[in-house]
Amino acid sequence: MAPNINPAMMEALQHVKGYIFPNELELQWGILIVIYPYLTGLVAGAFILASLNRVFHIRQIEPIYRLSLLTALAFLVIAPLPLLFHLGHPERALEVIITPHLTSPMAMFGFVYAWYLMVVLLLEIWYDFRADIVGFSKTKTGWLGMVYRILTLGFMDTSEKSLAVDDKMGRIITIIGIPSAILLHGYVGFIFGSIKANPWWGTVLMPVIFIFSAIVSGIALMLVLYVVTGRARNTPIKTECMDAMGKFLFYALVFDFALESLDWFHRFYEAEESIDILVLLVSGKLLFSLVGVQLILGTLIPLTTLGLTQVLEIPKKPRKIMYFWSAILILIGIFAVRWNVVIGGQLFSKSFAGFTTYKPDLIGRESLLVGSILLIMPFIILWVLTRFLPPWRGVGKEISHSS
Amino acid sequence: MNQFSNLFSRRQFMRLVMKSMALLAFLQTGVLFWFVRKSRAATSLPEGYNPKDHKWCMSIDVRKCIGCGRCAAACKMENHVPPEPYYFRTWVERYEVHGTDEPIITSPNGGIDGFPPQNSSEEFEKSFYVPKLCNHCETSPCTQVCPTGATFVSPDGVVMIDYDYCIGCRFCIQACPFGCRFFNPETQTADKCNLCYHRITQGLLPACVEVCPVGARQFGDLKDPESKIHAFLAENQVDVLKPQLRTHPKVYYAGLDKAVK
Repeated sequence: MAPNINPAMMEALQHVKGYIFPNELELQWGILIVIYPYLTGLVAGAFILASLNRVFHIRQIEPIYRLSLLTALAFLVIAPLPLLFHLGHPERALEVIITPHLTSPMAMFGFVYAWYLMVVLLLEIWYDFRADIVGFSKTKTGWLGMVYRILTLGFMDTSEKSLAVDDKMGRIITIIGIPSAILLHGYVGFIFGSIKANPWWGTVLMPVIFIFSAIVSGIALMLVLYVVTGRARNTPIKTECMDAMGKFLFYALVFDFALESLDWFHRFYEAEESIDILVLLVSGKLLFSLVGVQLILGTLIPLTTLGLTQVLEIPKKPRKIMYFWSAILILIGIFAVRWNVVIGGQLFSKSFAGFTTYKPDLIGRESLLVGSILLIMPFIILWVLTRFLPPWRGVGKEISHSS
Repeated sequence: MNQFSNLFSRRQFMRLVMKSMALLAFLQTGVLFWFVRKSRAATSLPEGYNPKDHKWCMSIDVRKCIGCGRCAAACKMENHVPPEPYYFRTWVERYEVHGTDEPIITSPNGGIDGFPPQNSSEEFEKSFYVPKLCNHCETSPCTQVCPTGATFVSPDGVVMIDYDYCIGCRFCIQACPFGCRFFNPETQTADKCNLCYHRITQGLLPACVEVCPVGARQFGDLKDPESKIHAFLAENQVDVLKPQLRTHPKVYYAGLDKAVK
């Protein structure tokens, strides 16, 4: 029997350190499963930022409220794709929704996703943009006008009282939406946190850390998008909006960092059977991505920078630059968080006696290329959405009021 | 009044949304039961075999195993396990223990080609072989996490996979604490030991037990009072792998050392 040896796997065999169970050479969840929680985290984070404005009346972040909702939608639409591409039998994917196995956290995906997309995000966006949609349905012609007319669902009334109802409904849905966003990403954390076989994942803090890292990444994304869209549209970037987002970003990051530290402190103090292999993991295979990127680049530097903006009187312009670059670093850092969780959790053997290795393919179904495309697609969808439903305050409103 | 009717109709709209959701959930449950019944009916077993009459398990006497690897080789042949040295339904590990040092563990090609001379030039205090396979846990973490129920515990205690139903998400592989599952590149599904279910339901032994030259592996039926497993459990100091995880394995080891992972 001449084995049909995969050269990449044979090379991986050479890089095994210590003892791993023979079946553990191949990583089961690769780059696509790193991207999945990254995307859903951005969805949850962007939505929670939007809800700060809606429910808690943080007026300063009004300029990015509607953009945040569209961003959440654009990322949510793409979020299932990395999962789908990763399946051995993508054609059977619907079995998870049609015949869910109720003890599986993964089987909840269909319910959580449908609830969040249909009940929360689409309804919320509909109530928020209804007046605009009605306006466009009267001014646009052809198939585009038809789409807008369908989207009004027949509710053409834009009187003040009717708009007040929209506002009230939007508020109610946002209130439902906050726990739903937490559910959406907390559940993703639970997929990892519920695996008792894996000490790197199986901690009760996992869903909580996921949620806070999601909030951090969502605020950072919206901060970057606010600056980029403001530049692109040549509109002033309001300092008060940046200040508010910078402040929330700082405190969310402080909280996230505190939780991560608590997790580590707890692990070291309890020093269970897995601690030796985890220390080797962090000081070896994950040294660059965890200590270098996640901790120093993605946490400590932005924490210091944002901290300085909170305690020092820094002039407007450099302050905005500090916010912006901190946000960029945080977005890179949270990607490293996802990488370290997903890949890190599979590099060490469940024998706790050795390590396997992982190098993502450049091309192919589960490759860096597909991963990059999946990371870029939400931005393209967002661009289309902002064309279709301009989120900028004033643009849609003027049309609806003039009609 | 017009405003009121607008408000009212939107409330109705919300109600419609809620009703549709409820209907969808109801339909989904219906389809679910239909599928479950269908998949149950599709299972074909030899005539006269009633899964409820058995509770299959395996006993392994570490002190008897000579590390010949015939079990792992027989398993690959019997179950068409891909030949690559990183896909196994069963494999053999060699432990070399030097005092209180970390043991040296090896399993080249799962032990199929035998083991090279001892790894260390130092004199070792003890060395032994440990065959591994799916533990067919009573409370199996792998079946718990399966999103479709494609892997399940059969009534006779065997953890099995429906290869026509598995979507290949690999969650079960992550959930197995023993590294007993792998992703089969040919079927594009999860794969693992099923105690040679096609053989045992016909009264035959699993291939690995059949070929073991020293009787280190014994197949047993916990529901059969005549089964040798009862004597094995009664006469030996018996342990299971990773008992702290409370998966209740049904592969019982005698002579297991603390070095074993």
